[in-house]
Amino acid sequence: MRAAFAALLAVTTAIALAFLVLPVAALFFRVPPGDLIGALGHHVTRDALLVSLETSAIAHAAVLLVGTPAAYLLARRRFRGRWLVLALVELPLVLPPAVAGIALLAAFGQAGLLGHPLHVQIPFTRAAVVLAVAFVESPFYFRGAISAFEAVDATLLDAARTLGAGSARVFARVALPLAAGGLAAASALALARGLGEFGATLIFAGSLQGVTQTLPLAIYAQFDQDFDTALAISALFIVVGAVLLVALKLFPWFRFASISRSRFAPST
Amino acid sequence: MVPLRFDFSLPLRSFDVELALEVGAETFAFVGPSGAGKSSIFRALAGLARPERGRIACGEEVWFDGERRIDRRPEQRSVGYVFQEYALFPHLTVEQNVAFGGGPADRLLRRLRIDQFARAKPAELSGGERQRVALARALARSPRVLLLDEPMSALDPHTRGTVRAELHDLLRELALPTLLVTHDFEDAAALADRVGVLAEGRLRQVGSPADLLGAPANPFVAQLAGANVLSGVGARTVNGLTAVLLDEGPTIYAADPAHGRTDVVVYPWDVSLSHEPPDDSALNHVRDEIVSLTPLGNRARVRLKLLTAEITTASVERLQLGPGQPVIASFKATQTRLLPRG
Repeated sequence: MRAAFAALLAVTTAIALAFLVLPVAALFFRVPPGDLIGALGHHVTRDALLVSLETSAIAHAAVLLVGTPAAYLLARRRFRGRWLVLALVELPLVLPPAVAGIALLAAFGQAGLLGHPLHVQIPFTRAAVVLAVAFVESPFYFRGAISAFEAVDATLLDAARTLGAGSARVFARVALPLAAGGLAAASALALARGLGEFGATLIFAGSLQGVTQTLPLAIYAQFDQDFDTALAISALFIVVGAVLLVALKLFPWFRFASISRSRFAPST
Repeated sequence: MVPLRFDFSLPLRSFDVELALEVGAETFAFVGPSGAGKSSIFRALAGLARPERGRIACGEEVWFDGERRIDRRPEQRSVGYVFQEYALFPHLTVEQNVAFGGGPADRLLRRLRIDQFARAKPAELSGGERQRVALARALARSPRVLLLDEPMSALDPHTRGTVRAELHDLLRELALPTLLVTHDFEDAAALADRVGVLAEGRLRQVGSPADLLGAPANPFVAQLAGANVLSGVGARTVNGLTAVLLDEGPTIYAADPAHGRTDVVVYPWDVSLSHEPPDDSALNHVRDEIVSLTPLGNRARVRLKLLTAEITTASVERLQLGPGQPVIASFKATQTRLLPRG
């Protein structure tokens, strides 16, 4: 009985592992590495890489700048309706990306809630890509950053105050350095999610090569025309993802708020 | 030196802390069981918790006044706070910890003999060293009031004695209003000029350590001071003493008067142990059995079924005492205090 159960555990683990690894491995079997690197020089790939890098960098910087102090407040303050705020912040995690795209259109589109009175043309521009990326990646950063700040011993913050530090100094000199590991891990996960953003961007920003076509959109655009390019971009993602995971496992301070803590799976 | 005066009420989960006290250049210890509200007093004084009403003032400087709506922020109160477990910043070196408040660190590092660890992180230090870092950090801003929350609890019994003596000397030298929170009466007796016994947010008795030992106001205070507290029924005898028939069986004699139900207080250090009833002036000889022996430096705490005795380890060896042995516990009628009930 015990042996049978042990065998069952081993078999299910093997099936799960094979199922997850096989498609990834197949990708590298399909095209030799030399061709993959060659395909990265393709003009579609280069344009998409530039769009992705620029939009992700801007979106990520904005998420870090706004998200870090906001996460500190949400982690430290106990107020009425806090649970509701936390739930709202995590809402994009459970939304289908297409819904996120429609929602962004409703808010920033020409006839949208904000777009109409402001008279700005956002949809199908690079700004739209930035908004879409920031919208879907920020909950990942928020979740990790809030738990990183919550893990900081409140007595240390109290001690800093009795030593004459005002709240800004307490944040900068005590809370921020002590939460740094968790913040870095959350930041890496959010960045990865942002780079992979597809559905919301497609609906809200379209897929115009050199303007709004990011790497995931380029995969979609290429896969029926030039499958090798699509494969090459996919391989690039796998390499970036693998590097990120290895970093999370290797550096103990980075592991602080590892992915095993997030309760929701990424929505794409 | 400026005295600290306070009179406030602070609601906690199951009771309110109600406290009024003036502390000059002395060490005042709050003693009480955990959950008595000791740390909450410190949080209120430091500005980390807000009293419901009352006033806290350091000399002419008002830190809190419920009526006048004054509530200075923690960083604006001149308080040196040594937290329980010390709350040292783990990511900063000893020197950076001490200099955090902006004051000069060098002199304090030398004064507290931690200059050799200046570049070490708190995790690399022993309990006693961490305590000195916490003290140095609290003193670096030249505070007008010092708050020490359980400064000994993180130390092992070996270092406790020396650290206590050092801290005593340091507090004398500083001559600041110092408040100390501890659950250990021995720490309070060694460090404090005055001791306040706190239970459920209220002071039950205030006095010098000797006052509290000599005349505990109630069994609770006596127990906290480490006494054996027994109970029984007292009656006057012909020779002017009081005979108390203990609930546990034996009858003992006391010089204090009592009639009816009474608590009996005997300090462990007043109890001596022997194999045969000794021929001495002690009136009380109780047959008992050893339950356990706990060494405390050169002394040992011997727990019997009825009483606890504190004797030297030399006596333990001479009498070859061990758990399960029958012994006779002796103590004088004059060292047997009675606290009549009702």
